[in-house]
Amino acid sequence: MPNSITTDAITTDAITTDAVIIGAGPCGLFSVFELGLLDIRCQVIDILDRPGGQCAELYPEKPIYDIPALPIVTGAELTQRLMEQSKPFKAGYHYNQMVTSLKKRGDSDFELTTDGGLTFHSKIVVIAAGGGSFQAKKPPIPGIEAYENTSVFYSVKKMEQFRGKDVLIVGGGDSALDWTNNLQPVVRSLTLLHRRDDFRAAPDSVNKMRALVAAEKMSLKIGQVTGLKGEHGLLSAATVKGADGNSFDVVTNAMLPFFGLTMKLGPVADWGLNLNENLIKVDTEKFESSEPGIFAVGDINTYPGKVKLILSGFHEAALMAQQAFHHINPGQRLMFQYTTSSTNLQKKLGVA
Amino acid sequence: MAKIIFIQHNGTETETNGIPGMTVMETAIKNQVPGIDADCGGACACATCHVYVGEQWQEKVGKRSAMEEDMLDFAFDVRDNSRLSCQIKVSDAIDGLRVTVPEKQF
Repeated sequence: MPNSITTDAITTDAITTDAVIIGAGPCGLFSVFELGLLDIRCQVIDILDRPGGQCAELYPEKPIYDIPALPIVTGAELTQRLMEQSKPFKAGYHYNQMVTSLKKRGDSDFELTTDGGLTFHSKIVVIAAGGGSFQAKKPPIPGIEAYENTSVFYSVKKMEQFRGKDVLIVGGGDSALDWTNNLQPVVRSLTLLHRRDDFRAAPDSVNKMRALVAAEKMSLKIGQVTGLKGEHGLLSAATVKGADGNSFDVVTNAMLPFFGLTMKLGPVADWGLNLNENLIKVDTEKFESSEPGIFAVGDINTYPGKVKLILSGFHEAALMAQQAFHHINPGQRLMFQYTTSSTNLQKKLGVA
Repeated sequence: MAKIIFIQHNGTETETNGIPGMTVMETAIKNQVPGIDADCGGACACATCHVYVGEQWQEKVGKRSAMEEDMLDFAFDVRDNSRLSCQIKVSDAIDGLRVTVPEKQF
């Protein structure tokens, strides 16, 4: 991304801004634009590793037919165009971060923290979190909860954690294959388990994995996990139903299932906002939640007549920005201007 | 109209009228059949409309596409008769189709 900020390192200093936007999907990105026109600076946080939200994760190559004036556009192209449109406003983008807490700070400001250790101080918050946060799918294997975070992991935070372990990786996509190839030198033994001897992952990583199998440095098994064995949260083996229908055990004390992502509401539920069936209730004048200064746009909000369309989210962002301006600049008059004729707006867009 | 029968994990059956051209997933959603989540809305991008096709229907329903096969990697307890219901089009040829909904989409 051209104007993104890398946030791998844990920063202790808070990032101070006018607005924090939670979610870099189409509605979050268009909020950067609408707020930017009113001189409101933004920081955008998203749990995925790239902008686009569902457009990036669920249907990057699928055509969308109901964006006004774009008879056909893919999710990936829509995202790229929105990034370009909001580029003049130089927002900060923080990917791979989930906002874990949102609370008031003093009388008027907000403090947000992420699971990556970032802290933000802002005057307003825009929740554009769509269907919630994308989180790893947890396979419904009986009793799996007892092993989560002790022997079963849905992501790799530190490779060192797996040194000397008997690791079982389950799945056939890029995550499964990438971690197979990366962890193999570190672990004591490695088994990759997939339901078929055919992989979605990039051919290059599949070839690497096959070379490791040929060199007897790891094993590949075909089948599906049906049960887990162990005690006190420590896994000792996974029971696998093979392609031929027969079951066998794979010895493991660390299992990594990679079954893709699913949308979960996540921490939004804990922020004390007025919710209705996991959606944030807003008014249709300001798109503000029950907490003044916290707005919600796009699929995450609800109001009488709500339709979950990207174009509705764009409208919501435009009206939200007006109220955001008044919240940040109390008593100040906001002159309505068109981008076609206002030199002031055109200067902000870098075209005048 | 083509009858599509959804069988829940516990044996409960729901008989629906499928409109030719729609998908089996859309038929389930329209009739509020439990157990078909269809998170992605039919884009073959999530595997939460997984069903097991009744044995005698497999041939008529046809085989999985390559994309569907990939996406089934995200489903749980995939069997030989597993299909994603958003990829099965309703037609007169499958009038009476019986599909079983897994205990849990995930």
